[in-house]
Amino acid sequence: MPDIGPAPASLYAAHRKIYPRAVQGRVRRVKWAVLTVLLGLYYLVPWLRWDRGPGAPDQAVLVDMAHARLFFFWIELWPQEVYFLTGLLILGAIGLFAATSLFGRVWCGFTCPQTVWTDLFMWVERRIEGDRNARMKRDAGPPSRDRTLRRIAKHAAWLGIAAATGGAWIMYFQDAPTLLLHPGRISLQTWFFFALFTTTTYVLAGFAREQVCTYMCPWPRFQGAMLDQDSLVVTYRDWRGEPRGKPRDAGTGDCADCSACVQVCPTGVDIREGQQLGCIGCGLCIDACDDIMRKLHRPEGLIGFETLANLAASEAAAAELEPGPARHAAGMAARRPLRLLRPRTLMYGGVLAVVAAVMLGALLLRESLSLTVLPERAPPFVRLSDGGVRNAYVLKLADKSREGGRYLLALEGPPGLRLLVQDAPTDAAGRPLLPVRGDGVASFRALVTAPPALRLTEHQPIRFRLLDAAGRPLAEAGSVFLGPQQ
Amino acid sequence: MARKPETDAATGVATTGHEWDGIRELDTPMPSWWLYTFYATIAFALAWVVLYPALPFVRGVLGADTRRQLAETMATERAKAEPILARLRAATPEAIAADPELRTHALAGGRIAFATSCAGCHGAGGQGAPGGFPSLADDDWIYGGSFDDIRTTISHGVRNGEDAEARGTAMPAFAQAGLTMAQIGDVAEHVLSLSGTGPANAAGATLFAENCAACHGDRGEGNRQVGAPRLDDRIWLYGGDKASVTRTIAYSRAGVMPAWQGRLDPAVINMLTVYVHALGGGEQ
Repeated sequence: MPDIGPAPASLYAAHRKIYPRAVQGRVRRVKWAVLTVLLGLYYLVPWLRWDRGPGAPDQAVLVDMAHARLFFFWIELWPQEVYFLTGLLILGAIGLFAATSLFGRVWCGFTCPQTVWTDLFMWVERRIEGDRNARMKRDAGPPSRDRTLRRIAKHAAWLGIAAATGGAWIMYFQDAPTLLLHPGRISLQTWFFFALFTTTTYVLAGFAREQVCTYMCPWPRFQGAMLDQDSLVVTYRDWRGEPRGKPRDAGTGDCADCSACVQVCPTGVDIREGQQLGCIGCGLCIDACDDIMRKLHRPEGLIGFETLANLAASEAAAAELEPGPARHAAGMAARRPLRLLRPRTLMYGGVLAVVAAVMLGALLLRESLSLTVLPERAPPFVRLSDGGVRNAYVLKLADKSREGGRYLLALEGPPGLRLLVQDAPTDAAGRPLLPVRGDGVASFRALVTAPPALRLTEHQPIRFRLLDAAGRPLAEAGSVFLGPQQ
Repeated sequence: MARKPETDAATGVATTGHEWDGIRELDTPMPSWWLYTFYATIAFALAWVVLYPALPFVRGVLGADTRRQLAETMATERAKAEPILARLRAATPEAIAADPELRTHALAGGRIAFATSCAGCHGAGGQGAPGGFPSLADDDWIYGGSFDDIRTTISHGVRNGEDAEARGTAMPAFAQAGLTMAQIGDVAEHVLSLSGTGPANAAGATLFAENCAACHGDRGEGNRQVGAPRLDDRIWLYGGDKASVTRTIAYSRAGVMPAWQGRLDPAVINMLTVYVHALGGGEQ
C-alpha cells in the first residue's frame, strides 16, 4: 500500500456558539459609522420624495412592478432597459474585485449586509443580555426568570428590527407612506415578501451569523483569486509576537497570549493562525490587541492591516534578533509603502472605467421616443382591384417622456408608395400625425400601397421615420414591402 | 443485536455497525424539526384526502369541483363583459367605429370572433382562399363594403338555403343554357379584355351583351344588388386565366356562407362588422 501520510484530523466540527466580546477602538468606530450610514440609507431612502408631475409616483427610488417602471430620482427605466441594471451589477462586481485586490476583505468585514445586520443584532444582544462573560455564565447556569425575561426581550427586539427590515424592503416596490398608512390594502403577495425578509433577517443575523460566512457564502471561496502579496489583509505580526508568553517571563515576544483577539472575533477564529477562510477581515482583533498593547506599554499594531509582502520582509529582517524593541524596529523598518498601482488593480480599474463610461454613454444617449414596426404576415400582401399591391404594418410608438406628443410619420422607400395610417389625424399637408400620451405606448395600423404602375420586386426595403414639427428625425425603424412574384 | 453499539470518537454519535472498505456510517438521528415536518405532511395528506377529491369517485367533504369553478368563473367574466356588450349590441357598427372606446373593444373582440367563426374560410387575416372564398382585406366587394352591407352579409349569409334574406342569386350554367363551348370561349376572351388582360373578341362582346350584361353590366362593372361581381378589375374569385373563366361561364359557380344571425350574439356580429371593415377595404 502506498504511503499516503498520516490520517487527517476529523473534518467534522460540531457547531459551537460564539460569544463575541465588545471592543472599542478605531476600527470599531469606523464600523459603527459605516453601519449607521448603510442602515440609514436602507431604511430612509424609500421615504425620499421626487416630484415627477401629476399621475406619476413621487417616490425617489421605486421599483414599480405593477406598472413595469423603475424610478431612480431623475432616471425612469422601462423593462426593455433592464441592461442598465445588469450594468450596475457588473460595476458592483468589478468594484468588489478592485476593492478586494487593494484592501482585502473590506466588503465582508464592513459593508456586507450579513455583517452589518449581525453587528446590529449583537449590539442589541449586549444591551439586553450583557457582554461575553455575562452571557456565557447565564447560558451555562440554571434556568431562571431573569434569563427567560432577557431572552424574550432580546428576541422581541430582534423581531422588531427584522420587521422594520422586511417593511423597508417592500417599500422599495410600493409607495412607502401608502403602505404604512393603509396596511389593510397590502396584498397577500406583499405580505409574503415582508414575512420572507423579516424571517431571513431574524434567522441570518440572530442565529446563523458567522455560519453564513463560513459555510453558505460562495464569495470567500473564490475571492482568493483577487488577493495577492500586496493586498491589505488583517494579519498577526508573528515575527514580533512570538514566542508568546507572560510579559514578565524573559525571552517572550509581544504577544501576551491573552486571547483578547479571539474573544472579540465575530466568527470565532484565532487570527494568530494566519490567513483563513473564517476571517472576514473586520479588524476588531486589531482594536482588542491595540488596547492590550497600550496597557502593556508596548507599541500598537501587533495585529494590523498589513500586506503579506511586508509581513515576509519584516520576518526576514527580524529573524535573527531577540525579542525586544530592537527586533520591533528592525521589522518595521523593513516594510515598504503600499503598492496601490499594480497590474491587477490597474486592470480592474480599467475595466471599471470602461463599463462606467459605457453605462454613462448609454444613459446620456437614451432616446425618449422609440418606434417598432411589425409587418402583418396574414396576408403578407393584398392585391387591389386596379392591380396594385398593399401591405399592412402595426406601428408601436413608445414615448418615455412625461409630456407625450404628436409626431409626423414619414415613409422612405421607392417613390410612388402611398402611406395611410388608419384612425390617425393628419397635418395640414395630409401627412399622418401620430399622437402618443406621455409614458405610454400607442399602436397604429399603417397601410402602404404600391400603385400598379410601380413595378416592385417581391421584397423591397422601406423605412418609417418619426419627425418632429421641424422635420427632424426622432426615431426610425426599417421593414420590408412584399409583393407578388414578377 | 448481539453487538455492542460502536461510538464514533470525533462526533460521539453511534455508528450503524456496518463497514464498507473502512468507511463506517454514522447513525445520526434525524433532526427533530425535520421529523416533525414529515409528520405534518402526513397529517396534511390525510386532511386533504378527507376534504378534497383525492380518491376515485369520492368528492371530499368540501365538495370542491373544478368544473363548477370554471363555470362560475366564466359566468362572472361574462357578467363583467355584459355592460360593454350591451352597448355594442345597441349601437350601429358605424357608431361603434366612431366611438374610440367601443371601437377598441370591437376590434379586439372582432379579431377573436373572426378567428373562431370566419378564418376557416376567409383566412387568418381575411385574405381569402382560392376557390370562392373572397378576400375581405382588398378593395373589391361582391355585396358592398359599407358597415350596413357587411353586417347584412354576416347576418344572413350567402345562398345557404336557411335564411330567406340570404345574399346571392344563381348564375346560369351557360353550357346548359344554349351556348356552345366555342361561344363560351369567345365570351371568356371578352370578359378578360374588360380588365385589359386579354385581346378583344367581337363575337364574345355580342354574346356578353345578350347574356351577361343584365347582371354584370355593359362594361362588366358588376352589380352589388344581385351579387354579380365586377369583371373589369384584377381580382378573380375563381381564377383569372381563360380556362377558369370559361369553366365559370359554362358550369356556373355558387359559393355559400352560413347566416350568423341566431348563431352569434348581435354584439359579436357588430364587432365582426367593425373588424372586417377595418381590415383595409371598408367603404363609407
